[in-house]
Amino acid sequence: MSILNLLRIAFRALKRNKLRAFLTMLGIIIGVAAVIAMMAIGEGSKQSIRSQLSGMGSNMITIMPQSNEPGGVRLQGSSIQTLKLQDITAIKKLQSKNINGLSPVVSTSGQAIKGGYNWPTTITGVSPDYLNIRQLKLQDGILFSENDVKRFAKVCLLGKTVIDNLFPDGSNPIGQIIRFKNIPFQVIGTLVPKGQSNFGQDQDDIIVAPYTTVQKRITATNYLQSIYASATSEASSDAATTEISGAIRESHRLTPAETDDFQVRTQAELISTISSTSSMLTVLLTAIAGISLFIGGIGIMNIMYVSVTERTREIGLRMSIGARGQDVLMQFLIEAVLISITGGVIGVVLGVSSAYLISYLLNWPILIAESSIVISFVVCAITGVFFGYYPAKKASNLDPIDALRYE
Amino acid sequence: MKQKILDITDLKREFVMGDQTVRALKGITFDIKSGEFVTIMGSSGSGKTTLLNILGCLDKPSGGSYLLDGVDVKSLNRDELAGLRNTKIGFVFQAYNLLPRTSALENVELPLFYNKTITAEERKERAIKSLESVKLAERFDHTPSQLSGGQQQRVAIARALVNHPVMILADEATGNLDTRTSYEIMALMQELNAEGKTIVFVTHEPDIAAFSTRTIMLRDGKIQKDSINQNQRSAKEALASLPETDDY
Repeated sequence: MSILNLLRIAFRALKRNKLRAFLTMLGIIIGVAAVIAMMAIGEGSKQSIRSQLSGMGSNMITIMPQSNEPGGVRLQGSSIQTLKLQDITAIKKLQSKNINGLSPVVSTSGQAIKGGYNWPTTITGVSPDYLNIRQLKLQDGILFSENDVKRFAKVCLLGKTVIDNLFPDGSNPIGQIIRFKNIPFQVIGTLVPKGQSNFGQDQDDIIVAPYTTVQKRITATNYLQSIYASATSEASSDAATTEISGAIRESHRLTPAETDDFQVRTQAELISTISSTSSMLTVLLTAIAGISLFIGGIGIMNIMYVSVTERTREIGLRMSIGARGQDVLMQFLIEAVLISITGGVIGVVLGVSSAYLISYLLNWPILIAESSIVISFVVCAITGVFFGYYPAKKASNLDPIDALRYE
Repeated sequence: MKQKILDITDLKREFVMGDQTVRALKGITFDIKSGEFVTIMGSSGSGKTTLLNILGCLDKPSGGSYLLDGVDVKSLNRDELAGLRNTKIGFVFQAYNLLPRTSALENVELPLFYNKTITAEERKERAIKSLESVKLAERFDHTPSQLSGGQQQRVAIARALVNHPVMILADEATGNLDTRTSYEIMALMQELNAEGKTIVFVTHEPDIAAFSTRTIMLRDGKIQKDSINQNQRSAKEALASLPETDDY
């Protein structure tokens, strides 16, 4: 019997019991809709976290000092003073194609004062590359130059929070002099606001100045808190990491037996760490949805068993006029698959629309991946075959004599 | 000499029930030639149903041989038996066994669905022709619930004819019908027989057997009597002789 005819027979059988077919489908419909909506929400939140992190500079590489346990005592990272300017020189010497930005970071907190206003904030001493690495943008004014770095120029850029607190009257800060720890700085530029980071940190509460100025005039230190670099692309960040590690190990004169006294982190690691949390959420949601799909499948199996019993005489008749076991098997199998796939289609429509409804009503980010539709569709078909097989097998194994006389 | 449609030699069928063996058929030998109208009679327990199942290729004998249109049924597997039922036998049942909520035409088409060599057009054409031959052509779109018992049985006969079988096998085909309708059905059977169809009719009613050309009487798993019916009754005449007001 051809597939087309089998489909017609299955369709007619379902039409005969419309309500029952619909109720059977309902399990699948809810299951599929749940899978798609849940995955859309999960993927949406993952995507939004990812894009926020990329905003921080997805190619960013941070080099932090780390204890290599000298004498077995572990020290806190910030109290270690292993990163020096010569490490920057060593990395620069590589002239690597994978690295397109490099900046030392020296920062310290303190009180910023302008006239009658003051504000506790952090000054970050960096090189001009820093803005590109962190994806900070100038809103107004100019960036300090390499020359400013060389001559310890007392110039700075202000973030929005600092401006709001030091210039509450809304006057233009550019050209004004502020004082940080009693050192006067001329404001030469302002930064485009970035808002809060994912960790609740105010990214606009920042003063950016040449690192030489901060080192020489404020902290009076010669070590670096950290080094920021940027890879040319996300793909090359692994290669850049390796090169940087090698250069710093060499400049620190570490023997192969010694562990690193610094650590190199890429943003990709951070992204994957945070994404994994939201991936877990997605897995959890999907598992719950998967269970409801499974229960829907059991519903199909149940109703197919009832259907086989109910139609025993029909099966007997079909066999007596020449249907082979295989024909009967296919008939019931296709009926089960038709239920599950029809349920799947309705479920996909319902899932997609409810995902959009959620994003519209609650303003949650959603992302409907084609894969989630394809997967739930395939799972549906498999569910139909899997749960439809046993009842269909039972039907095909009936003895036509018994089936014909079944009451 | 007409072709042998059925050739049965020393046919035996035994059922094992627990530690007992029930011998339903104890060695039956007969043959049926093309164009015969045979009734198989017997009281219940005579092995009638067992024989019918074997003749209909629903069951296989445990001993002896059964050749249907030259094919040895005993050597066939389940699927081959299904194929044989599809192409060589037209079943007519006591309870009609039509698919509910399915039009007469589609009920008649049903056996052809299981025959891969037949196209959709051919299927419909043959089904209509078949319905015409049972005089139900104008009712092809009616479902069984919209038809009377006699009409339903005629649809069932049309379904049995549609595959051009070598033999029509009827199992108490008039058992659910009143006398008048039974006679109508028998008249139809006689007509089909006159056109050359071989008919094997299992019944327990002697007046139905009178319409056939030959009667095989079973008793206790053996043939008690196998006789040619010298004066076959015409179902049409019997129908005409029924009183006009004879409604049950």
